[in-house]
Order: sequence, then C-alpha cells, then structure tokens
Amino acid sequence: MFTRKFFALALLTSSALLGAGAAHAEESITVASWGGVYQDAERAAFFEPAAKALGITIKEETLSGIVDVRLQVQSGAVTWDIAELGSSDCAQGAKEGLFETLDFTVINKDGFVPGSFSDHWVGSMFYSVVLAWNKAKYGANPPKNWADFWNVEKFPGTRSLHNSPGGPLELALIADGVEKDKIYPLDVDRAFKKMEEIKPAITVWWTSGAQTTQLLKDREVDMIAIWVSRAIAAQKAGAEVDFTFDQGELDYGCFVIPKGSKKKDLAMKALAQFTSPELQANIPQHIDYGPINIKAFDTGKIPPEKLPGLNSSPENTDKQFVYDAIWWGDHGGELQERWDDFLTQK
Amino acid sequence: MTAASYFTGSDEAGSAATLKDDERRERLAIAGLSLPALLLVAVCLIIPVGSLLALSFIGAQGNLSLENYQRLIDNKAYLAIFLTTFEISAVITLICMLLGYPLAYFITLLPPRAVGFAMLAIILPFWTSLLVRTYAWMVLLQKQGLVNSTLLKLGVIDEPIALLHNYAGTVIGMSHIMLPFLVLPLYGAMKAIDHDLIRAAANLGAGPIVRFWTVSFPLSLPGLGAGALIVFVLSLGFYVTPALLGGGKVTMVAMRIQKSVALYPNWGAASALAVVLLVVTALVLLLGLWIWRRNRGNRPVMS
Repeated sequence: MFTRKFFALALLTSSALLGAGAAHAEESITVASWGGVYQDAERAAFFEPAAKALGITIKEETLSGIVDVRLQVQSGAVTWDIAELGSSDCAQGAKEGLFETLDFTVINKDGFVPGSFSDHWVGSMFYSVVLAWNKAKYGANPPKNWADFWNVEKFPGTRSLHNSPGGPLELALIADGVEKDKIYPLDVDRAFKKMEEIKPAITVWWTSGAQTTQLLKDREVDMIAIWVSRAIAAQKAGAEVDFTFDQGELDYGCFVIPKGSKKKDLAMKALAQFTSPELQANIPQHIDYGPINIKAFDTGKIPPEKLPGLNSSPENTDKQFVYDAIWWGDHGGELQERWDDFLTQK
Repeated sequence: MTAASYFTGSDEAGSAATLKDDERRERLAIAGLSLPALLLVAVCLIIPVGSLLALSFIGAQGNLSLENYQRLIDNKAYLAIFLTTFEISAVITLICMLLGYPLAYFITLLPPRAVGFAMLAIILPFWTSLLVRTYAWMVLLQKQGLVNSTLLKLGVIDEPIALLHNYAGTVIGMSHIMLPFLVLPLYGAMKAIDHDLIRAAANLGAGPIVRFWTVSFPLSLPGLGAGALIVFVLSLGFYVTPALLGGGKVTMVAMRIQKSVALYPNWGAASALAVVLLVVTALVLLLGLWIWRRNRGNRPVMS
C-alpha cells in the first residue's frame, strides 16, 4: 500500500518537475565562451546579472574558436544562441555568413567606438597585448618598446611571441619604425621581413593564455608579448614581472548569434544586457580587462584607483593602437597559411 | 580436428562431410559474433575515410579538382612538414629500438616475480593521460627544470641548455610515450624463444655472444620489427606532444591538418594532407609486411 502511494507520488512529482522543466526551457539561452577564469569573469559580470534582469536561465558551454561555430552553422545543428569569439574571427565569420544580423534597436550602441561592432557582431570587452619582461633579468634598464624587443644585442634574453599572424606582424612593423596610426593596411612583406630578424631569438611561439603566465612564472622567457591579464596573473602568482601599455595592442572579444539560433530574439535581449554600461562596468572587478562600452566609465561603478591599470581607460587607450579586426577578417586565412609556412621553414 | 567437432563428438563418424559442416557452422558463428565489430569499423572508419577521400578532390569552388594536391606540390612548406614528420618518426623509432631492446632482453632474464613489476613499470604510463605525461616533461626539461638545474649544480653546464620548445624536447617526450609500444611486442617475441635452441647452441660450443647473435637475436627480430612498425606509424600521426613540446618550431602533418580545418578554413586541404599521410603510412606498413614475409622463409627453426 505504502509503496503504491509512494510510487504515485514520485510519478506526480517527476511529471510536475518535467512540466516545469519544459516551461523553463522556453526561457533559457545557451552562451559559449572561452572557459577558465575568463568565463568565470563573464559569468559574474554579464551572465548572472542579465539572467536575473531578463528572468531567464543562461546555460553555458565552452568553445575553442570559430571552428566550433562554423561546424554548428554548416551542419544545421545550432545549439548556441550566443558565442564569444576573438575580433578577427568575428570579422571573418561575418564574411562567411555564419552569424545572424544584430538588431541595434534592441542593442544600444551609443557607447561603442567605431570598429568595436558591426552588423553581425558586437564587442564584449577590450583585451590588450603588451610587452612584459622579467624584472630580475633587466633590472633598472628594461626594454621599453617593440624596437627594444627586436634588439637582441642590447637586450639579450629569451623571447616569446604569439603563434599567430594577427598581432606579431603589427608589432614587427612598429619595431621597424612604422607609426602606430599608420599600421593598416599592413605592409605584409615588410612585416615578414622583420619577423625573419627576430625568429632565431624566439624561444617559444606561444599558443594559449595560460601558457604565457606559466612561461613568465617559470622564467622560461625574459620578454614576451602577452595579454595583459595574463601578465598580471603572473605578478599575482609572485613572478617578478613588469609590463608597459606603451605600443600595446588594443584588441577585443566579441559576441555573435550563430545563424540558425532558435532563440535569436531572446539572445538579442541578452546581448543588449551584456553590452550595457551597467554590466560592462562590472568587468574590472572580475578580470583585468576593460569595458568596451565607454559609457561604463560614466556609471561611477568603476573605482578611480582601478583606472591606471585598466587597459581601456582613456589614458591607457592613448598609448596603444587598436587592432583592425575588419582588415584581419579579410586577410586572416591567407596570412595564417603564410605565417605557418614562415614558421615551418628552417 | 576442430574444437567444434571434438565437442559434438562427431569424431567417431569421422566423415569428411560432417567435419566440413561443423567447420562451416563454426565459421558462420564467428562471423556473426564479429558482425558488431565489423559494423563499428564500417561506420567509424570506412565511411569517414571515404568521405575524407572524396573531400580532398573538391576544390574551393565546390568543383571536382586536384587543386588540394597541387597545393601540396607547389608550396614547399608541405614538403618540409612531411620531411620533418618522417624524420622525427624515424629518429624516435631508432631511439625506442636502442632503449627498448636491452630493456626487453633484461626483463626476460628476471625471475618471474620481478617480471610482473617490470611489466607494471612499463605499462603504468599507459594509465596516465598523454597530456599529463607531456606536461611532466615540460616541468623536467624547461630552463629552470630538474634536468637543467641538476646539470648546473653538478657543473656539467654553465648555462641552461635548450631542451624544451624545440626538436630535442619533442623527440624526448615522444620517445618516452612510444617506448612501451616497442617493448611489449618485443618482450613477447623474446619470451617465445625456445630455450632448448640456446642450450643446443651452447652444447655445440657457442659462447654467449655467438649464442645471442646467431640464435636469440634473429628469433627476436619479428617482435622488434612489429614494435618498430607500431612506433613509427603511431609517431607519424602525433599531434599533442609536438604541439606542446615543440614550442611552435616543430610542425608535423597532424598539426597542419588541424590548422587547415580550424584556421584557414580549408577542409579540402586538410583532407588531401590526411589522404597523403594515410597512403604513405599504408605503404610503409606494406613494406614492413613484405620484408617480414620475405624473411620468414629463411628464418631459423621456429614453429
């Protein structure tokens, strides 16, 4: 008797749960990002407040780049409603038609500087690639700019650059004397010629952010072009590391809605939240990157003492150049191949 | 007499027809049992490889074309990548043979209980993730790593030597990962050697060195060949270890395939690379098989 009652109760409860689940599924979206501390920061700064404001559930997954989005879209099995990508991936994917068109009547782009959004994607936050060095090695006379990075005689030591054409080629041009407002369109031949110069001095061509922190911590390299949050992570872990925003590369992440998302309208609303000044102003509390919506600086939520270390604060923005994602979207594929050939040749 | 006929007790009748019937039934049963595996192979191997082959002949415009193969010839980087891949695989095979042969031989000489321990020590790395083993090598080989700091302390070197993020690091890491693949088949072959043959040689006056070179070594060759072939072929397709220990300076075919898919994005180019690697690997296997078959004819006595 008891068992039958229990069984019935269990059946009732589970069907109620299932029903609730089904009702709930209507109001959830799935966001894919880079995982790790980066996604932790996004969760705290964007996902949780947005979910609360919209009364929805935001499910999370991780991705490894544009290839994952491309696979979903091309196979017609789109399970992500929002994906975070690197800026040139956004530009390239837009060219390939992988994303839904964004509705800027829903998303307010007032605080976005030109180049940090397009019809198919919108920036998420600013990254910076900066010159960082081992303080113990260089003491009072550290390298100050990319020309110093390239100067192997005056600054002996091991070096590391990103294993990717986007970024290092710009740095090569700056080291070769190109003004930072005249980098684009890239003089590719000149850049590769300058790269040949530094190639023998590069100990590691790094591939992941976590790796760069480790390289500094283990003193495997003395000088590195590195994402600033990763350099700060090394500092926090006790590595004797310093860095400069001078001649840094201001790049950004971006959000897209993969083409074929079944909840594109809800995704659009979530994007409006993620990119709002209020949520953008949360970023510096969770990761050492800056808001891409510059109106975030007017919210009063960012403590003034954070500004000198913030890569997209007005004073630091002036020292850096902005990475031209659109240019890379047009040339990335072919240059990636040339880059790999460059590394392959002995 | 087949096992089936023995159990059905048809040996009394002994007629050739019943025997044949039994044999056929047994064969059918075995075929039936292996059907799931065959299906799995078909679904997971033949179909993907087939579509890969088809993809490699489709050009950028979706037309039938040889451009993916033309690219492999035109761009000298691809030749360099293939050469690097084969060179590294050959070097690793050689290192594994030099390290693995004495090791396997040593294990055969151990008392039975010690053999268990030795085998455990060899198989243990298999239970650890490839990634973990690779990262462990990074810890050991880096500038401030255990190897360099020990050598510095001993005064062997004045400055840390570059063991990581290069060719040397890749070879060291991959050799370690590949060693068990050589030792296991080799040990099996060595264990199967009939000790009476060695005793007979000793009886005829052969010293230990002559006994080794005329009896043990030739009889262990099939095992060595099998192990070397496995190591070589597996090395050809390696991705993780060279990607992590090579520091971006060592490019093997698998790495380029990944880049072709993920970054360029060019499935045709990736497929062509994969097909060429597959064909070359198959040729290497066939060559190995041919040499093995040829040598089997004039090998000394072995059942």
